[in-house]
Amino acid sequence: MLEKKNGQILYPFDPAAPKRSMLIKNGRVIDPANSIDETLCVGVDQGRIAWLAKEPPPGFAAHMEIDAEGLWVTPGLMDMHVHLREPGREDKETIETGTQAACAGGFTAVACMPNTNPVLDEESKIRYVAQRAQDCSCRVFPIGSITKALAGEELSPFGEMVRAGARAVSDDGKSVRKSNIMKNALNYSKSFGIPVICHCEDNDLSHGGHMNEGAMSSLLGVWGQPSIAEEIIVSRDVLLAQYTGARIHIAHVSTAGSVRIIREAKKQGVAVTCETCPHYLALTDADLASYNTNMKMNPPLRTKKDQEALLAGLADGTIDVIASDHAPHVSEEKDVEFDAAAFGVIGLETSLPVIMTYLIEKKLLRPSQLVEKMSLLPNRILGLGGGTLSAGRFADITIIDPKARWTIDSRYFYSKGRNTPFDGLEVQGRAKYTILGGIIVYERRGTS
Amino acid sequence: MSLSINHLLGLKGVSEKDITLILDTADNFYEVLQREIKQVPTLKGITIVNLFYENSTRTRISFELAEKRLSASPLNFSTSTSSVSKGESLRDTMRNIEAMKIDMVVVRHGAAGVPAFLTRCTNATIINAGDGLHEHPTQALLDMMTIRQKLGKLKGLKVAIIGDILHSRVARSNAWGMSAMGMKVVLCGPPTLLPQHPECLGVEVTDNMDKALDGANVIMMLRLQMERQNAGLFPSIREYRERYGLDLEKLSKLPRDIIVMHPGPINRGIELASNVADGEHSVILDQVTNGVAVRMAVLYLLGGGGDNA
Repeated sequence: MLEKKNGQILYPFDPAAPKRSMLIKNGRVIDPANSIDETLCVGVDQGRIAWLAKEPPPGFAAHMEIDAEGLWVTPGLMDMHVHLREPGREDKETIETGTQAACAGGFTAVACMPNTNPVLDEESKIRYVAQRAQDCSCRVFPIGSITKALAGEELSPFGEMVRAGARAVSDDGKSVRKSNIMKNALNYSKSFGIPVICHCEDNDLSHGGHMNEGAMSSLLGVWGQPSIAEEIIVSRDVLLAQYTGARIHIAHVSTAGSVRIIREAKKQGVAVTCETCPHYLALTDADLASYNTNMKMNPPLRTKKDQEALLAGLADGTIDVIASDHAPHVSEEKDVEFDAAAFGVIGLETSLPVIMTYLIEKKLLRPSQLVEKMSLLPNRILGLGGGTLSAGRFADITIIDPKARWTIDSRYFYSKGRNTPFDGLEVQGRAKYTILGGIIVYERRGTS
Repeated sequence: MSLSINHLLGLKGVSEKDITLILDTADNFYEVLQREIKQVPTLKGITIVNLFYENSTRTRISFELAEKRLSASPLNFSTSTSSVSKGESLRDTMRNIEAMKIDMVVVRHGAAGVPAFLTRCTNATIINAGDGLHEHPTQALLDMMTIRQKLGKLKGLKVAIIGDILHSRVARSNAWGMSAMGMKVVLCGPPTLLPQHPECLGVEVTDNMDKALDGANVIMMLRLQMERQNAGLFPSIREYRERYGLDLEKLSKLPRDIIVMHPGPINRGIELASNVADGEHSVILDQVTNGVAVRMAVLYLLGGGGDNA
């Protein structure tokens, strides 16, 4: 048990433990895959969802009961874009601490990016991550690299990596610079049914930029990255996907132009999905006025107009997924002058409350859309069976307290990272229970 | 009278009242500098660290001289002689220096926001001597002091700032400061050397030098760094000089009482013809002289002297 003074408890996950039956009653069950959003009971048996019904079926004996009155019962949340830093930078995060953070944030699954050291660019390295994640309290789906060592030159062995458990490929952190290599990667990916996750950044345009190029960067005297640095590569990759017929997923969309391009591409039937991150929805470049390095990430915080376009894109379905791009850094890389600070913010333990506060409370997103974007669609995009409460599926469940008002306090994070832009923020909503394979792995006691 | 600010990080948001107090105080120190004994005991016992992470001759000497003339104890620190080359973080450097009991820090750094960052590392008073592309407030103050000295006022005058606006912290500080003082500021340069969304600086912007000069009382020419040509920002010195350089011919079409300024160092024959730099309209050396007086005023007012004045 890993308890924190603010009422958080992580329970050890033992896959071999006896699977006890469970009844979750009186909760608002939100399962968009089955078009369910009503007060129901959920029965769990043998680590799987047994049934969903108004009343427990006669004869169902539960070893334990959770009274979820006033709470939301949703399929386990999934964050499809995190950096767990292992192997190589275990001082920033490990698979163990990263999955603990995920669990505390209400996530039962994460997909981790391959820009570790060494890069996850072959079968043995994917196996290493999968094996390290085995006893963790959150499922970990590794993403292999598109090119060996992220060098943008030679393709990584997609087939071997998929065999070892990779669910997608990505050179996240940078774009595959050469369009012909990207075209080959897209064509080659088709044999394995995996999406290619695109980090879209024209390096010639973004080079040397530490924030969004615009009025704010001019005011602050900081070199900017123009929005077109992202949009030009979004356009390129969308065109390549259309040309090759391959499936792409655009990571961390941050600009209005990207939303427009992707919306248009979807209309034309291109196999493109995309994600954005909580920080782009809650913050803008205007928040950088005090040169706060915990608000420095790549792509950078954009303008209010971009934020409005992202919100519209989420509402109309152009943006499929909300992912955190959880990127832990040590304080030595953040407690420095703005230009010298590392890019990236953590998000696993703040995503849900920030989205609840900024989108659900403000009625910009319906609860069922939140579940789609933070559970169902990430699972679908990565070809996984999770993200629903259909009978027979693994009982990965998040129970959310939508009314809890509390203040984010990075001192209580399970993540090793403290580089959050949301420290001290008053929020509403959080995970109360995280359930993995029918076992409670996280509980948050108290209401504040 | 005292300032409403505790540090001088930039001129954005600094009030007309504060700027006027600094300029009035600088005028008094200017008088001191004309005396035989140019030193006053005002900051005796105050230790001031000059923390220079970027090369500078004029600004560093000017600050050091100002400190000495106020009887403060200056301490010079530049990257070549410090442990920065051994990879010490800025915070650690600052805290180590602070541990030696210092009162004020004058800082120049290539990264914008460093003076603001230092206010979070130390209790000492911070004075920005230039941070990245952000601000160089004492330069703008000495510019305004010089204009007031030469033309008798600031309010209502038009200043054309011409050249590489994009890379100029001087232009930014002047845009804020001069606007606060009721001056009309026009920034002018080739579109590749103007910042994105320059309208955010709250002043007029143009790529047409004739338009910028129309009705101007003051011309401020900015230094053109040669590296910018290699970065593809302008095609040739010749074309730049023709479109944005100031020579006698262009100057001859302007009113006789116009003054020509330059924050230095000058690229003679590029942005400014030699005979203009040394000509009757030039107040460039007055700017340098006034720089010491303005920095004395800033140090004095922020060093606590304002309360007794």
